[in-house]
Amino acid sequence: MFHLKEEDVPVPEEAPPTASPAPPALELSRVVKSFGAVVALRSGTITLEEGSIHALIGENGAGKSTLVKIIAGLYRRDAGTFRLRGEDVDFHSTAQSKASGIAVIYQEPTLFPDLSVTENIFMGRQPTNRFGRIDRKAMRAETQQIFGRLGVSIDPDRVTEGLSIADQQIIEIAKAISLDARVLIMDEPTAALSGVEVERLFAVARSLRDEGRALMFISHRFDEVFALCDTVTVMRDGSYIATTPIRETSVDELVRQMVGRDVAELFPKLPAEIGDDVLVVEGLTRAGVFHDISFSVRAGEIVGLAGLVGAGRSEVARAVFGVDPYESGSVRLGGRQLPKGNPRVAMARGLALVPEDRRKQGLVLDESVARNITLAIRGSLAKAGLLWSGPENEAAAIWSSRLEVKTASLDAETGTLSGGNQQKVVLGKWLATDPKVLIVDEPTRGIDVGTKAEVHRLLSELAQQGLAILMISSELPEVLGMADRVLVMREGHLTGEFPRSEATPEAVMFAATADKEAAL
Amino acid sequence: MTATVAPPTAPVHPVSRAAGRILKARETGILIALIAVIVVATIRNPAFLFSSDGFRDLLLTPSLLLLVAVGQAVVIITRNVDLSVGSILGLTAYLTGRLFIDLQGIPPILVFVAGVALGAFLGLVNGALVAFAKVPALVITLGTLYIYRGINVAWAGGDRINASDLPADFRGLGTGQILGIPILTIIAAIVLVAAAWYLRNLRSGRELYAIGSDPAAAHLYGLRVTSRVLGAFLVSGALSGLAGVLYAARYGTVSSAAGTGWELQAIGAAVIGGVAISGGVGTVWGAAIGAYLLLTINRALPILGIEDFWQRAVVGVLIIGAIVLDRLLALRQSRKLLEAREDDR
Repeated sequence: MFHLKEEDVPVPEEAPPTASPAPPALELSRVVKSFGAVVALRSGTITLEEGSIHALIGENGAGKSTLVKIIAGLYRRDAGTFRLRGEDVDFHSTAQSKASGIAVIYQEPTLFPDLSVTENIFMGRQPTNRFGRIDRKAMRAETQQIFGRLGVSIDPDRVTEGLSIADQQIIEIAKAISLDARVLIMDEPTAALSGVEVERLFAVARSLRDEGRALMFISHRFDEVFALCDTVTVMRDGSYIATTPIRETSVDELVRQMVGRDVAELFPKLPAEIGDDVLVVEGLTRAGVFHDISFSVRAGEIVGLAGLVGAGRSEVARAVFGVDPYESGSVRLGGRQLPKGNPRVAMARGLALVPEDRRKQGLVLDESVARNITLAIRGSLAKAGLLWSGPENEAAAIWSSRLEVKTASLDAETGTLSGGNQQKVVLGKWLATDPKVLIVDEPTRGIDVGTKAEVHRLLSELAQQGLAILMISSELPEVLGMADRVLVMREGHLTGEFPRSEATPEAVMFAATADKEAAL
Repeated sequence: MTATVAPPTAPVHPVSRAAGRILKARETGILIALIAVIVVATIRNPAFLFSSDGFRDLLLTPSLLLLVAVGQAVVIITRNVDLSVGSILGLTAYLTGRLFIDLQGIPPILVFVAGVALGAFLGLVNGALVAFAKVPALVITLGTLYIYRGINVAWAGGDRINASDLPADFRGLGTGQILGIPILTIIAAIVLVAAAWYLRNLRSGRELYAIGSDPAAAHLYGLRVTSRVLGAFLVSGALSGLAGVLYAARYGTVSSAAGTGWELQAIGAAVIGGVAISGGVGTVWGAAIGAYLLLTINRALPILGIEDFWQRAVVGVLIIGAIVLDRLLALRQSRKLLEAREDDR
């Protein structure tokens, strides 16, 4: 089924542990994976036992996703051992991983939108009769049986398009059950779920554990890790840090292991003089997306906007900037009302938005670094309507050196830069417009820890120079470390506002997930 | 695929489920349109349907396009497109003539095998380029459209195959009938039923839909995306090859321009029949009805006194109309699904 290539893998000298009679369901030891010069995984180590839920935590960029993709058969490891029930394995494809009883549920469910729920569950291994004809009746019956077991009611004949993320995840789990997967990996399954949905997912996960399956659960939420898991492994910067039974550890301990350094060093918040209101948003409403959002940002202030994915934070930012419409409410910048749906005016008046998805919304990846930095100020750089490369390169040189963009040259294609440096280019593009208010949406998503600290320092300095900053972030430590004031959104509503001194992880998480706390 | 939004708790009788599916199917609308065209044209001129020639033409004319459109639909379902089918048809039609001329007395069955094999090979070239070079099919098959046609022109020169070059029994295939049904139509129907059965009932057929619906997910599922896409192009090429052999039988005359523009008619037929150009949706039944609608309208418009000039425009309106209709249906569907979701809460 899979190849055993011992010459590829330096097997450690020590014999497998003879003490435990049953070998672990899955065992990764000192697994390495690099892409070109970038080492994504330095030393991935984790051991999943049957009948147990194992949490894997770590910051973005810690190597969790790479580890998962190696288990899933999407990537092949460069070195290290990978054992399933004591046997060495080496997957070349997702099909092999699947055939070995491993099911992976990704953060974004991967279903076929045009096909029925039943087909999605059985695609590629539908029950067939003697002549290879798919037995739809049997397929449908088994789907209903699995759904019955999970206690959910989803029409097996409907297409999966339009299903909620929670229901899509249930289908992914149904897939794993129908596969009779012995190892189930869940990569941040709760990121977009409401409280009730999380509870339903947890109930399912516990019953799967009680059937003797091995589960791995990746999450950023400590309360979930402590509520669900038996063991926890922490990773940082591509390396294994520690594995601890959940009863013997604490949030503080885990955070220390995850961050591995002083919080002050990672979030260098500089004292800044806070001035008058620059951006004032009042009663902003868009039916079904956000309701009655009012807040202000003052000069020199960093306001954090926390909440779960899908709470409507990015949508508010986009509406304020004028990319998305809103139905009622007002946005005032420096005392003057901004017209609705007009990003051009917003930019001219000094508003800048660094979007969530820098690759799709923030950059032209095929264009040079210089072109990207000057993209938003082309009008003012042009002479008689023509853009000369001289002033363009000058302006780009100034910003790339101020932001310490690491690139071979300003002519390099932006797509070739690392995530962190790409983010600096986007920041440079907007800072070049000399804004009064900067809205940053997930400024450090997918950036390594070192660059992250640089981006934080930069934001801090900008605030010190009097810029008003609204920072949307799903990473709690980042919000708490950087913001002078923290706003929290939940399901389209503003549910909390805390000054820096009162913004504790518990308070913010409660405001972001009050539903769940009530349900627990 | 149609989706039922009914709550799962309500037991639905399988027969009424099937009936509901037929009523809601995208193919039903296009079939009604086809019938409407035939009825209107027949009212204007009863010979359109009620003469032996009229009835024969009605069935016969679209049969070859049907073969090509079925192959095209299989490719489009995988979120690809095959622009080279017209050139493949031309090349195999010419090969057919050459075989009969150069190898006097060759049994027609061998000619069929050769034609289908050449078509399959040319399709395989398309598929290999698309699947391994990771270049969009639109570009690859645009290239092979010209290459295959170029080979055809270089090979045939100013020559052409004439009816007198072909044996009479082979030509009989193109005009013959069994129980009043043209043989070509019977062949097309057999291929259609086989393709439809394959796409609906076999794993590899369903995987074509999955690949078209979301190629990235198909990869994560561990489906064999490359070989399936390769297979789809092979089928399209083979069916175009079969159509090429039958083209020679039907028309007798084959120049190096035979089949020019068929790729657009085939894509048009598939799209009109509800095969989504973005893949994952549609049936070969739809593509077949689309082929019939397209060519029947072409024959009906002169009878209705519509000028030649406008006839092409009607085809364009049909294609755009079909896409707009699909879009509206999709919007209505997603709204319904969203509402159903809100109700659940």
